[in-house]
Amino acid sequence: MNIDKKIADDLVANDIRFVTTVPCKQLAGVIEEVDQRDDIFHIPSNKEDEGMGLCAGAWMGGKRPAIIMQNTAIGVTINTLATLIQYYRMPLPMIISYRGELREPVACQVEMAVHTKALLAQLNIPTYHFHWQRDVEEFDNILKYTFMCNKPVAILTDANFWGGYGDQ
Amino acid sequence: MIRSEILKDIAPILRDKLVVCNIGIPSQELHAIDDQPTNFYMLGTMGLASSIGLGLALAQPKPVIVIDGDGSVLTNLGTLPTIGNNAPSNYILMIIDNGSYGSTGDQPTYTGMKTDLAGMARAAGCDNVVEVQDVDTGEALQKAIEDGVATVMVVKCDSGNAKMPVISMDPVVIRDRFMKAVAG
Repeated sequence: MNIDKKIADDLVANDIRFVTTVPCKQLAGVIEEVDQRDDIFHIPSNKEDEGMGLCAGAWMGGKRPAIIMQNTAIGVTINTLATLIQYYRMPLPMIISYRGELREPVACQVEMAVHTKALLAQLNIPTYHFHWQRDVEEFDNILKYTFMCNKPVAILTDANFWGGYGDQ
Repeated sequence: MIRSEILKDIAPILRDKLVVCNIGIPSQELHAIDDQPTNFYMLGTMGLASSIGLGLALAQPKPVIVIDGDGSVLTNLGTLPTIGNNAPSNYILMIIDNGSYGSTGDQPTYTGMKTDLAGMARAAGCDNVVEVQDVDTGEALQKAIEDGVATVMVVKCDSGNAKMPVISMDPVVIRDRFMKAVAG
């Protein structure tokens, strides 16, 4: 299964037409896939809170959004999640590279990984963790759930899900 | 002129336009001067007005006017390259540059010193950047709307705030009536 293609297919099938991204090595394939889709407007952000602002505006303008980012972004975006996305009750699927988990080669990444689920839980953000490639089968349901409840929803995707780091 | 005097001046131009208004006193002033369903008031999240407005302008064809401030743009400077490389023709970013953080007690920002926001916007790739004096805001805004090109306006004015009530409207109500106005 090509999980990059599957994720992009599910985004399109759920009428998500506006995707902003902040890059991550693990996410490079899915970002490229999203960029190549004619059905999706892809706009890179310089920072994740900026990206959430773009998504909020796109949704109010009638386009379903999504953001693709690293888990370090949870540290950057707590205020935006609480005072914009949650306070105004907006849907936002967050496809998150879960750095610092099993098969992670960079020790510093673990420092935010150990806080990631706790922070999401503190914010009452529904959170899903993809560890095996087959977990992606739930992605379509998660997108439907997000736009049913108008909440930010986190999909954490770890290195094992993406197939590790090769020789690193 | 201070910001509230400019907002009073341009209220008739803003009235039927989609407006995304910056957090704090700017939103309180606009709300008190001329509350409209086409106004989206930010109640929190300093810095993101320009980004919300950009997403909105990219998602639908109606003109979008963002009322932002120098302090807020400084806190989200990454917005300028994103605007410079992506802003559609229906996007107007109006930065009311009074050289101070108005909502927190008029502490000075760097734009009152050596920092030039118009120059930064140009360097970030924004093609149409206009510097405006407070008294000329209405004329410049009307021209930007009529020109139909993405525009960044840097409006120089005095520091100061009008005493206006806090917005008590529920955020979901603000957002819901705004979305109905966008779709209407």
